Amino acid sequence: MGGDGLRLNMNALDYGILALYFVTVLGVGFAARRAIKTSVDFFLSGRSLPAWVTGLAFVSANLGALEIIGMAANGAQYGMMTVHYYWIGAVPAMVFLGIVMMPFYYGSRVRSVPEYLRLRFNRPTHLLNAISFALAQVLIAGVNLYALALIMQALLGWPLWFAIVVGAAIVLAYITVGGLSGAIYNEVLQFFVIVAGLVPITVLGLVKVGGVSGLMDAVRDSELGEAGLHAWEGTGSTDNPLGAHWLGIVFGLGFVLSFGYWTTNFAEVQRALSARNMSAARRTPIIAAYPKLLIPAVTVIPGLIALATVKGLGAEEGDLVYNNAIPLLMRDLLPNGVLGIAVTGLVASFMAGMAANVSGFNTVFTYDIWQAYVRRDRSDEYYLRIGRLATVLGVVVGIGTAFIAAGFSNIMNYIQTLFSLFNAPLFATFIIGMFWKRMSPLAGFWSLLSGTLAALATYLLYKGGIVHFNSDLEESFWGAGIAFVTVAVVALIVTPLTRPKRDEELTGLVYGMGGVDLKGDVLAGDAVWWRSPVLLGAIALVLSVLLYIPVF
Amino acid sequence: MEHHSERAHDPLVEETERERRASAAARLFDIRRVIGGLFVVYGVIVGLVGLFDSAADLEKAQGVRINLWAGLGMFAFGLLMLAWQWIRPAEPPTEEEARKA
Repeated sequence: MGGDGLRLNMNALDYGILALYFVTVLGVGFAARRAIKTSVDFFLSGRSLPAWVTGLAFVSANLGALEIIGMAANGAQYGMMTVHYYWIGAVPAMVFLGIVMMPFYYGSRVRSVPEYLRLRFNRPTHLLNAISFALAQVLIAGVNLYALALIMQALLGWPLWFAIVVGAAIVLAYITVGGLSGAIYNEVLQFFVIVAGLVPITVLGLVKVGGVSGLMDAVRDSELGEAGLHAWEGTGSTDNPLGAHWLGIVFGLGFVLSFGYWTTNFAEVQRALSARNMSAARRTPIIAAYPKLLIPAVTVIPGLIALATVKGLGAEEGDLVYNNAIPLLMRDLLPNGVLGIAVTGLVASFMAGMAANVSGFNTVFTYDIWQAYVRRDRSDEYYLRIGRLATVLGVVVGIGTAFIAAGFSNIMNYIQTLFSLFNAPLFATFIIGMFWKRMSPLAGFWSLLSGTLAALATYLLYKGGIVHFNSDLEESFWGAGIAFVTVAVVALIVTPLTRPKRDEELTGLVYGMGGVDLKGDVLAGDAVWWRSPVLLGAIALVLSVLLYIPVF
Repeated sequence: MEHHSERAHDPLVEETERERRASAAARLFDIRRVIGGLFVVYGVIVGLVGLFDSAADLEKAQGVRINLWAGLGMFAFGLLMLAWQWIRPAEPPTEEEARKA
C-alpha cells in the first residue's frame, strides 16, 4: 500500500476505545482460566456451552480478516453476485452440517474432525488429514496476522513488525490462558463489536448516496452497470461480472466448495463440539446461518457504496485497490468516536479469524498428533500442558509465516489457494464414509490422497498454462468437482478389493448403524418445538431463497 | 441412560470422556455480563461525544449525528444483554447432569 493516503485521523478517544477492547479481551481470557482443569476443558470448553454462544462463535470464526475486507472488495468488483458466497455458498452447507452430519460428530464423542477419520477408517487416513490440517491452520494464521499488520500500518501508521507482534501476543495470551472458552467467549464479543463497527459505515454511506434507490442509480452509472444489481440474471452464460455460469454457482460454489469448507473445517466444527448437548451442537451452525444471511448488508453494500463514491476505485495497486473499500469509507465518512469503534471492529475480526486457526491447531496437534502417534498413555494434565505449549508453537510459526508473507506478498495467495484444495476431497471422503458402511479403511486413505492430488494437479496444470479456465474462480469450481469425482471413483474401485470394518466398529459413525442418540442428553428447555434443529434449519433455507428475490 | 455404551469404543476418546468428570467448565462466567458491560461503556462514551460533535464532524458524517445515534444504539444493546442475564441467569447444572458430566 504505502503512502499516507489511507491514514485515519485517530485521536485519543479512538485509541481509548481500542485499548479498552484489548483490555476486555485479555480479561475474558484470564477469567476463563478458572474453568480449566482437564484437557477437555481447555480444548472443548468441557462441552458445556449454550447454543447461542457456540453459534455466534461459529459465525465469528469465519468473519476473519480476509472475509470482511475481501467480501467488500468483491462487492465493489462483482456487485450483487457476491451474495452467492453467503446465501447459496454458505447457508445450505451450514444447515446440512447441523442436521445431517453433527449427530455423527457430536454423538461419537470424537474430539476433532480428523479423529472421526481415525475411528471411521484407519490411522494413515487420520494422520494425513491431521498433519495437513495442522499445517494449514498455522500458515493461515500467519496470513491473517500479516493482513492485520498491513491494515494497521496503512490506517494507523504502525510499523509492520509492531502490529504483527501486538496482534499475535494478545491472541496468544487469551488462548494459552483461557483455552477454547477464552477463544469462543471472545469470538462472541468480537461478533458484536464487528457489527457495531460496520453498521455506521453502511448507514452513513447510504445517506451519502441517497438511500437504496440512490445507490442503485449510482451502480447503474458505474462500470458494473445494471449487471451489478443482479445475482442470477445473466448467469445463463458466463457473460456476467463474476464470469460464472449458474451451473457452476449451484454445483461448484453451492455444493462442492461450500460443503467442503463448512462441514469438515475443524476450526469451525470445534465450536459445535464444545456445545453442552446434542441439540445445542446441532443448532450451532444453524444459529450461525441467521447472521450469515444478513452479513452481506454490512460487507457487500459498503463495497457498492465505495464503488459509487470513491473515484478511481479498482486500481491495480496503490491506495485505490478494491481491498481498501472499507478502509476508504472509514476515512471519508466516520468522525472520531465511531471511527474508534470501526477500527476496533476491524481489529476484532482479524483476531477472531486468527484465534479460530490457533485453537483448531492446538487441539489437533495435541489429541491427533501428539497423543495418537508420539506420546500415548500420559496423564490428562500432561496433554493439557502440551496444549498450552502447542498454542505457543502455533503462534510463533504464525508470526514467522507473517514475516515471510511480508517479504513475498504473493505467498499469501498461494497458501490460501493451496489449502482450499484440500477441502473438496475431504468432504467427499466424509460424506461417502458416513453413508456407505461398506467403504473400507484402505479406500478411505486412497480416496483422500488421490482426490487431493487430483485437485492439486488441476491447479498446477492451470497455473502452468496447460489447461485453460476463464478465471481462477472457474478453476476452483472445476478443481473441486474433479477432486470429488476422483474420491468417489477410487472409493468404488478400492472398496471391493479390501476388507471392510466390522459393523460394531461403525456404530455411531455411519448412517443406519444405530448408536446415534439425538435426545438422550437433552436438557430441560431444549426440547421446546422452536429449538428444533430441523425447523430452524428449514427456516434459514427458506430465508436464503426469499432474500434473493429483490436482487434476482 | 446407558446410550453411551452403544457407541463404537476408542480408548483415547473414552479416557477424555472419563476425565470430563473432573471438569471445571461449570465455573465459567457468563459472557453476557462482559458484552453488556463493554457496550454500555462504549455507548456512554460515544454518545456523550456525539452531544458535542463539531460542525466539521457533522459535515463529514453527512449531517447525521452518528456518534449520538451509534452511542444510543450500543448503550441500549448493552442494557439488553445485562437485562437478559438478569432475567434468565445461566442455570447451574442439575444434580443428575452434574453426575453425568
